[in-house]
Amino acid sequence: MNETPAIELRRINKSFGPVHANKDIDLVVKKGSIHGIIGENGAGKSTLMSILYGFYHADNGDILVNGEKVTIPDSKAAIGMGIGMVHQHFMLVDNFSVLENVVLGAEDSAMLAGGLARARTELKRLEDEYELRVDPDALIEDLPVGLQQRVEILKALYRSAEVLILDEPTGVLTPAEADHLFKILEVLKNQGKTVLLITHKLREIMAATDMVSVMRRGEMVATRETKNTSMEELAELMVGRSVLLRVDKKPAEPEAPVMEVANLTVTDSRGVQVVKDVSFSVRAGEIVGIAGVSGNGQSELLETLSGIRHATTGTLKINGETIDLGASHLDAADMRAKNMGHVPEDRHRMGLINSFTEYENSILGYHRDPAYSKGLLMDLGAIKKAAVSEIEKYDIRPPNPLLKTANFSGGNQQKIVLAREIERDPEVLLIGQPTRGVDIGAIEFIHRRIVELRDAGKGILLVSVELDEIRALSDRVLVMFDGRIVGERGANAEEGDLGLLMAGVDNNNAAEGGVQ
Amino acid sequence: MTAGQLPRWVDFGLIPFLNLAAAFLVSGLVVILIGENPLKAVQILVWGSLGYGEGIGFTLFYATNFIFTGLAVAVAFHAGLFNIGGEGQAYIGGLGVAFACLALDQYVPWYITLPFAIIGSAATGAAWALIPAWLQAKRGSHVVITTIMFNFIASSLMVYLLNNLLKKPGSMQPETRTFEDGGRLPFLNDLFPSFGFGYAPVNLSLFVALAACLLVWLLIWRTKLGYEIRSFGANATAAIYAGISPVRTIVITMLISGGLAGMMAINEIMGSQHRLLIDFVTGYGFVGIAVALMGRAHPVGIILAAILFGMLYQGGAELSFEMPNITRDMIIVIQGLVILFAGALEHMFRPTIVRLFTPSRPLVAKEA
Repeated sequence: MNETPAIELRRINKSFGPVHANKDIDLVVKKGSIHGIIGENGAGKSTLMSILYGFYHADNGDILVNGEKVTIPDSKAAIGMGIGMVHQHFMLVDNFSVLENVVLGAEDSAMLAGGLARARTELKRLEDEYELRVDPDALIEDLPVGLQQRVEILKALYRSAEVLILDEPTGVLTPAEADHLFKILEVLKNQGKTVLLITHKLREIMAATDMVSVMRRGEMVATRETKNTSMEELAELMVGRSVLLRVDKKPAEPEAPVMEVANLTVTDSRGVQVVKDVSFSVRAGEIVGIAGVSGNGQSELLETLSGIRHATTGTLKINGETIDLGASHLDAADMRAKNMGHVPEDRHRMGLINSFTEYENSILGYHRDPAYSKGLLMDLGAIKKAAVSEIEKYDIRPPNPLLKTANFSGGNQQKIVLAREIERDPEVLLIGQPTRGVDIGAIEFIHRRIVELRDAGKGILLVSVELDEIRALSDRVLVMFDGRIVGERGANAEEGDLGLLMAGVDNNNAAEGGVQ
Repeated sequence: MTAGQLPRWVDFGLIPFLNLAAAFLVSGLVVILIGENPLKAVQILVWGSLGYGEGIGFTLFYATNFIFTGLAVAVAFHAGLFNIGGEGQAYIGGLGVAFACLALDQYVPWYITLPFAIIGSAATGAAWALIPAWLQAKRGSHVVITTIMFNFIASSLMVYLLNNLLKKPGSMQPETRTFEDGGRLPFLNDLFPSFGFGYAPVNLSLFVALAACLLVWLLIWRTKLGYEIRSFGANATAAIYAGISPVRTIVITMLISGGLAGMMAINEIMGSQHRLLIDFVTGYGFVGIAVALMGRAHPVGIILAAILFGMLYQGGAELSFEMPNITRDMIIVIQGLVILFAGALEHMFRPTIVRLFTPSRPLVAKEA
């Protein structure tokens, strides 16, 4: 086994200002292998891959492709060297067909028609060779995310990629789709391609890779053969200490309901019913988890309860007050006034304003609180003081309320949102994807906070597409499928049982996640 | 690689300076092409605008207009709205000033009239922004389109009003009667004779403009409303999450913006012309867009950019006088270049500068 590695990195260094994102990174990726790179958010995985793909330039160090030293000035050069990348956020034109997206930027002549015909033949060949079935004439916007990702892979293969980098590829996939992706990677490997899989999910590393390299705080701390390591060892390497993968909590002691939802129906802007006649309650001192594959109405449910979206019909009883959600147009401020906190699913799009400072974000939604005003003006002193106390209590790093939120890591951004919502002492807290894009250390912290809030007698509604998270935190689990609650389970629900419910049991389309 | 990573002096000093330098460089080439000496032209331009009292007076007079229209555009920017209707809002603002002055000038001194003129101009300017604001908030009709259309409506409306309703009886001129002393703001030359502003029309409304700068700064960075405006402009989805009403924010922001544009009329009508007349805005509203862009939508930047454009207006007039080859149109070309480089091409030098200020060296190619 002395063949030249597909990719070799030697002593790569990269700094952004004072942040040393990559420190003396060495990495050897064998040809025809699936090599995982795991690390917490901010460990430097993405920076390293961006260097390999020509987005950034290393301060120093060498890159060897097939044993030859190269410089990669931009991504075009990377593609020329046979390096392809499937980004976490797809780079596809939604209203173009699959075929058009595949040739985009690689059209071989000024006139499209001839090139498209050739591309179609080539695409067909790739589909056959790698078992990547997708209708070349389907519009991207009509495809489920799993298939969109397939198009991204085809794009890279069409550009004759020998090395394929996948950056957090399963973030948007259902468990079934993720399994399917791993099968595709296996096929690619068997056809001699090399795959670099970037992820922070241990389970995926164990399921899909041959080798795994662990990064921590900009350093490559270990490389293991996957079959000779364990999740526990990798987790410890990632965070530099042993971590609890399970949440330590005592059984719930629920009291009277604090929130009761009855017959809630929500219609979206296209006129499609996205939440269908949903009824449930959350009691004080319990965490109710809503499990489900992304896109089955959970997001809309959260947005409706928090006042962002309007319901078609339905009632909400909160703290003894009954509100007709179909008739009253309460907004998010009104809901907050009813002691309902909300940690939104997407902190970048909704929970934070990234161009604002930490202290400005620490009052988002609570900025009308008289405590933050002095006459006509805002009391910046009081706001900063509150922000500083939240920073201390939630260990938000760096502890600087004047820093723009965009410059915090994912975990710390999430802590900013969580601190803001929890510290206002809500009776009911709606939480969506509390640990999406958050590193393990922060996940532990966030989970502990949520359990503490429960133990303080608050009602918590948790929406997460991470089944592990639902199972670890929830005292009761409701499963949503196609806008309905299709089942309820207790705290010790089996993963397989929930998985079947999430798939709609008898509806295999959902499990396949495919149109095809 | 965002703007936040650059030192402030680079972001707010070096980049605008480079943009300006590029604009003047290209302008210099144009001057050479028509056979004049560009260095001499610059000398005349600077001397004409800053070299003597009266020149400074004119520069500040124009700057006053630009501060108002620049602030108007800036406030809307903060809510992510692009109000290019400053021209029409300022024009209609003239009505508010004229009503106040015509009603009061014969009975009370100017300092009683002034508050009414301010309220009048702000109210009429705001009213002119209301319909575009409402259409944007409720129907999603883009303010860029509607505000620019309202500029034309304003123009026609004012011609009609001045010709048919407001014209001085027995006159052929489409203008109102000249205001008495109670409808005239004092010239700064009369208040501070030692500055020697001479016949320059710079007047007390310069201080109204500076006060407006302070108030806008307070509004945007120190009030709840400003927080909501900035939230909505930076991330509308997050603003809705925070319970900030998009309709309310759009409408209020556009009213403030229109009001500020309308206040420009105080300087022109009450401060200088002393009568309401046709086409007194002559492009100040549009230049306000460049001023706001160049001033980074910050009142201090707007004051500086307004003075720069005041210099271009005044110095340009001198230049076309001293160098007849450089016609009035040429001056407009130079102004256009400044707008092009400072506004439209604002980001041209940025990537290079970001690279220069990022402490990293490209990977050095070494042969194996």
